Amino acid sequence: MPLIAFYILGAIVALSAVLVVAARNPVHSVLWLICAFFTSAGLLVLIGAEFLAMLLVVVYVGAVAVLFLFVVMMLDVDFVELKQGFQNYVVSGAAIALILFAEIGVIAASIGPGSNATMDPSPGADTNAEAIGAVLYTDYLLLFQLAGLILLIAMIGAIVLTLRGRPRAKRQNIAEQTGRKRKDAVELRDVRPGEGV
Amino acid sequence: MNLITDLQNSAPEAALAIIGLAAVLIGAIVGEGSRLLIRTIAVAALAGAAVLAAQQYGSGRLEAFGALYVATPFVAFAKIGLYALAAISLLVSGKSLKEAAVDRYEYPLLILFAALGGGVMLSANSLMTLYLGVETLSLPSYVLAAFRRDHVRSAEAGLKYFVLGALASGLLLYGCSLVYGFTGSASYDVIAEADLSIGLTFGMVLIIIGLAFKASAAPLHVWTPDVYAGAPTPVVTFFATAPKLAAVAVFANVMFSAFNGHETDWSPIIAIIAALSMIIGSLGALTQSSLKRLLAYSSIANVGFALIGLAAGVEVGASAILVYMAIYVVGTLGLFVGLLTIRKDGEPLDTIDDLNGLAKAKPLVAFGMTVLIFSVAGIPPAAGFWGKLAVFQAGLEADLLWLVLVGVVASVISLGYYLRVVWAMMVKPSDSTLDRSDWVEVAAVVGASVAVFPVLTITIQSLLDAAASATLG
Repeated sequence: MPLIAFYILGAIVALSAVLVVAARNPVHSVLWLICAFFTSAGLLVLIGAEFLAMLLVVVYVGAVAVLFLFVVMMLDVDFVELKQGFQNYVVSGAAIALILFAEIGVIAASIGPGSNATMDPSPGADTNAEAIGAVLYTDYLLLFQLAGLILLIAMIGAIVLTLRGRPRAKRQNIAEQTGRKRKDAVELRDVRPGEGV
Repeated sequence: MNLITDLQNSAPEAALAIIGLAAVLIGAIVGEGSRLLIRTIAVAALAGAAVLAAQQYGSGRLEAFGALYVATPFVAFAKIGLYALAAISLLVSGKSLKEAAVDRYEYPLLILFAALGGGVMLSANSLMTLYLGVETLSLPSYVLAAFRRDHVRSAEAGLKYFVLGALASGLLLYGCSLVYGFTGSASYDVIAEADLSIGLTFGMVLIIIGLAFKASAAPLHVWTPDVYAGAPTPVVTFFATAPKLAAVAVFANVMFSAFNGHETDWSPIIAIIAALSMIIGSLGALTQSSLKRLLAYSSIANVGFALIGLAAGVEVGASAILVYMAIYVVGTLGLFVGLLTIRKDGEPLDTIDDLNGLAKAKPLVAFGMTVLIFSVAGIPPAAGFWGKLAVFQAGLEADLLWLVLVGVVASVISLGYYLRVVWAMMVKPSDSTLDRSDWVEVAAVVGASVAVFPVLTITIQSLLDAAASATLG
C-alpha cells in the first residue's frame, strides 16, 4: 500500500514540476509549484518524517510560495519577451539536463539495491516533532535562543534601514474632524451682482 | 543539566541578552524619547558584562549548555576588552551621532547585540555556537555600517559589507560542515582528537578563510578600507576596536582549541596570511589621503602582527596575541575618537590635511593623538612597543625568523604614514576652524593616550603576567 501511494504521489510531483515550467501563465506556474510542495509533503509523511512535512507546508506553501505569487502578480514582467530567447538556450540547457540525469543514474547505480539501511525517524520518542522538541529545548537551548536573537536583530535592522516617519503624510484625525464648528469652515458674504467675491 | 548553573556560568552573555531584550521592549513602547535611557542602559550593561567577564577570568574553565559554551581564562581576557571597548565606543559616540542626525534608540541596541555576538563566538566550544556567534556579531555590524542611510557612502559601505560578509559566512559554514562530516562532531573537544584527513584539511582551510575575513586579514581585507571610509565614524570606532579584538581572539581560540593537534599543518598558512597582511597594510596606507582609509590599512597591518603570535603556536603565541591586541585596540580607540573631534559645521572631516594645525586648535587632542600614533606604530617608550616585542619574541621562539623580519620591515615602512599624520598635526599651519569638541571625546583621547603611555608602559609586566595566566584549558 505505501508503495502504491509513493508511486501516485511521485507521479503527481513530477507532473506538477513539469507544469511549473510549461504553464503559459506565471500565476498558474506558482499554483503548480504549490501543488508540487504539497505532494512532496505527502512523500515525507510516507517515510515517517511528518515534522518535516509540516515544516514544508508551513514554510514553503505558507510563506515562500505566497511570496512568489505576490511578486508574480505585482511585478509587471513581460513573459513573452523573457521566453523569446528560448531557442538559443535549448541545446545548452538540454546538455546540462542530460549531465544531471546521468549523475543521478551513476549515483543510483553505485548505491545498488542492497543498501537500503533502515533508520529510525523519531529516536527515543513517538513522533518526530516530539524527538526534535526534546533536544531543541534542552541540549540545544543555547543555539535555539541564539537563532531567535539573530532573527530579532534582522527585524530591528530592517526597521532601522527602511522605516521612515512621514511628517507630511495626511492622516485622518477623527477628534479634529468631529470637533469642527460651522464658523471654522463656512463664511457668509454678501456678494453684489457683477462684482464677484 | 541545570538551567540556573548554565546561566551562572555564561553570566556576561546571559545578562547582556536579557537586558538587551528588555531595552528593545522599552524602545518599542516609549519610542524615540527613550534614546538617552537606552544608551545609559546599554553602556551600564556592557560595563557590567566586562565585570562579569573579569570574574570568569578568575574562575578557570566554565562550561554551560552541555559544553556548547565554554569560558576559559583566555576568552574571558578577550571578553573583558570586548565589552569595555564596546561600552566606551558607545559612550563617546553621542555628540557626533546627534550632529549626523542619526541618533536613534536602535543604535545602542545594535552595539549591545553585536558585543553579545562577539562574546558568544569567543566562548564557543562547538562549530554551531561559533557560527551563530559570528552571525550575531555580523548582522548588527552590517546595519550599523549603513546606519546613516541617507548618506550614499554609508549605504554603499553597508551593502558591500553585507554581500562580502555573507560570502565569508558561507565559506565558514561550508568549512564547518566539512569538518563536521569528517570528524562526526561539531564540538571542539572531539575535533581536536580527530586525525587529519583530506576533508578535515579542506574544512580547516575554509574556516581559516572565513575567520580571516572577519578579522580583516589579507588577502581577505578588501572590504575594510571601503567599509571604514563609508560607515559613520562612531560606528568605525566600534568596528576597529571591540569586534577586531574579538575576531582575532576567536581566530586564535579556534586554531588553538579545535585544531591544536595539527599545528604544523595550519601554521604555514597563518604565517603567509600574517606576512601578506603586514605588507599590504603598510604599503596600502602609504598612498591614502583619507584618515579613515589610512587607519583601515593600519588595522590590516596590525592584525598581521597579531597573527605572528598565532602562527607561533599556543605555548608562546597565545599570551602574545592577547597583549598585542589589548594594547593595539586602546591605541586605535583613542585615534578614532580623535577623528570624531575633528568636525566642521557638524560634518565630520576625513583627510590628513584637515588635521593641519591641530596642535594649535586643540592641543590636548593633538598631543594625545601623537602619543597614540607612537603606540600604534610601536615606537618606544609607548606601550605598543611592548606589544610588538611580545609577538616578535613569540615568532622567534617558534623559529619564524623570516616572518619576524617581514614584521620589522613592515613596521619601518609604516612609520612613513604615521609620521605624516603627526607632521600634519604638529607642524603644518592651520587653514580652517573646527567645531568645539565634546568633553567626553577629549577625555577619551587623553585617557587612551595616558593609558598607552605611561600607565601601560609601567604596568606592562602585570599585563604580560595576566595574559600569560590566560590559559585555554
